[in-house]
Amino acid sequence: MQDLGAAFRLALTLVISADRDLVEILLLSLRVSLTAVAIGLLIGLPLGTALGISRFPGRGLVLVVLNGLMGLPPVVVGLFVYLFLSNAGPFGWLQLLYTPTAMIIAQTILIAPIIAALSRQVTEDLHTEYAELFRSLCVPVHRAVGTLLWDARYGLLTVALAGFGRAVAEVGAVIIVGGNINHLTRVMTTAIALETSKGELGLALALGLVLMGLALTVNALVMGLRGTAARLSYA
Amino acid sequence: MLEARVASAIVPVAGELSPSLPVEARGLVLEVAGQHLIDHIDLTITAGTITVLMGPNGAGKSLLLRLLHGLIEPTSGTVLWGGRTLDGSLRQRQALVFQRPVLLRRSVAANIAFVLGLRGISDPTRCLEILRGVDLEGHARQPARLLSGGEQQRLALARALALGPEVLLLDEPTASLDPASVAAIEGIVRRAHEGGTKILFVTHDIGQARRLAGDVVFLNRGRLVEHSPARGFFTEPVSREAQEYLAGRLVL
Repeated sequence: MQDLGAAFRLALTLVISADRDLVEILLLSLRVSLTAVAIGLLIGLPLGTALGISRFPGRGLVLVVLNGLMGLPPVVVGLFVYLFLSNAGPFGWLQLLYTPTAMIIAQTILIAPIIAALSRQVTEDLHTEYAELFRSLCVPVHRAVGTLLWDARYGLLTVALAGFGRAVAEVGAVIIVGGNINHLTRVMTTAIALETSKGELGLALALGLVLMGLALTVNALVMGLRGTAARLSYA
Repeated sequence: MLEARVASAIVPVAGELSPSLPVEARGLVLEVAGQHLIDHIDLTITAGTITVLMGPNGAGKSLLLRLLHGLIEPTSGTVLWGGRTLDGSLRQRQALVFQRPVLLRRSVAANIAFVLGLRGISDPTRCLEILRGVDLEGHARQPARLLSGGEQQRLALARALALGPEVLLLDEPTASLDPASVAAIEGIVRRAHEGGTKILFVTHDIGQARRLAGDVVFLNRGRLVEHSPARGFFTEPVSREAQEYLAGRLVL
């Protein structure tokens, strides 16, 4: 077992020398996960907000299912996407298996429910406050959704962050539908899994440190933004 | 000067619309968990005066206001505005100011722009004009929620008046404000009244009722106890409850 110090030094060397392979893997990780977050937001935010402000029979059941979907196991999602995209599957003709697009699809399926469920909570709280005003002003539903999304935007940043954290850290789905192909679909987590299985624990640990650094940086940026918003009483 | 500005900021509603007054409540009942929170209220409120809804806490003042505005549905009975049941188009000609101002988490100006936007009006100059009417022009770009309590309520009032409502309903808008803020709010309400807006004002503050009221609707325990012109009400209240309330005794 190589020691942590050596792993730190290796991680630093890789980062400082801007190792080309590392940069490539890092950029693909970011591209896949950020795209998945963006699509997940497009799907999850309107859905979550609509759920947050509507009351209908069976709503409780929908919420239970939605909250349950937050815990989707990545490998299961990977498997389903694999089945759909493989040559024998209904979308095999798209030839998407083992491409970054397949990875984006899998991660989007993983995080859209998370974004919907968490944004439902955020917007529902805000709607409790705005509901009578909206009724008094006869605000149409689509406008109410837009207003809630806009006014809750800083709270929703944290929701997006939760989605990003889940996407960038998961390995099960991307390894099944992406295949961890060097220079094509290798991302941080699949690279770490590979190096670990090869016994290159030092390199694996170094990659892990870089991944954590990335996650911390993104978190710090978002939290900084949120703090500013809170001081302005917008959050 | 200020009055002229407010008047210019209030847009009169098109004249062809059928009148939305008088407002009539017929056999209005609101029952929650077996309790009659509003208990068979029959009431007619006509145009032209500041009508003050008064009574002790729990009398049903705020509930009655919400029932009239259609925010809650009565268990039985009807509310008619100008002889018609309330619908969206009628409610759009009214505006409600809450006891605790509900301000959007946006700038002061954006709060005004929001309601103007609901009617498809996008006019920053008009926003500033409306804010000037309540002396908040200098705060236009500030976050609305960082205003003081009195300023927040003035903003809520400006927002309510921005679309030139025919009826302005206020639910204890000055309940937790200092005297200077109360005076400012009452001034704005009075000017809206002089501009032709019908005012329905809920308060449990007798002094405030004396200052504002043209007629008084006195409620106790969900029932309408008395509805009379202000002058008569304050000098010779008919009902025992109103007499005791005005004398400062606890009404039970």
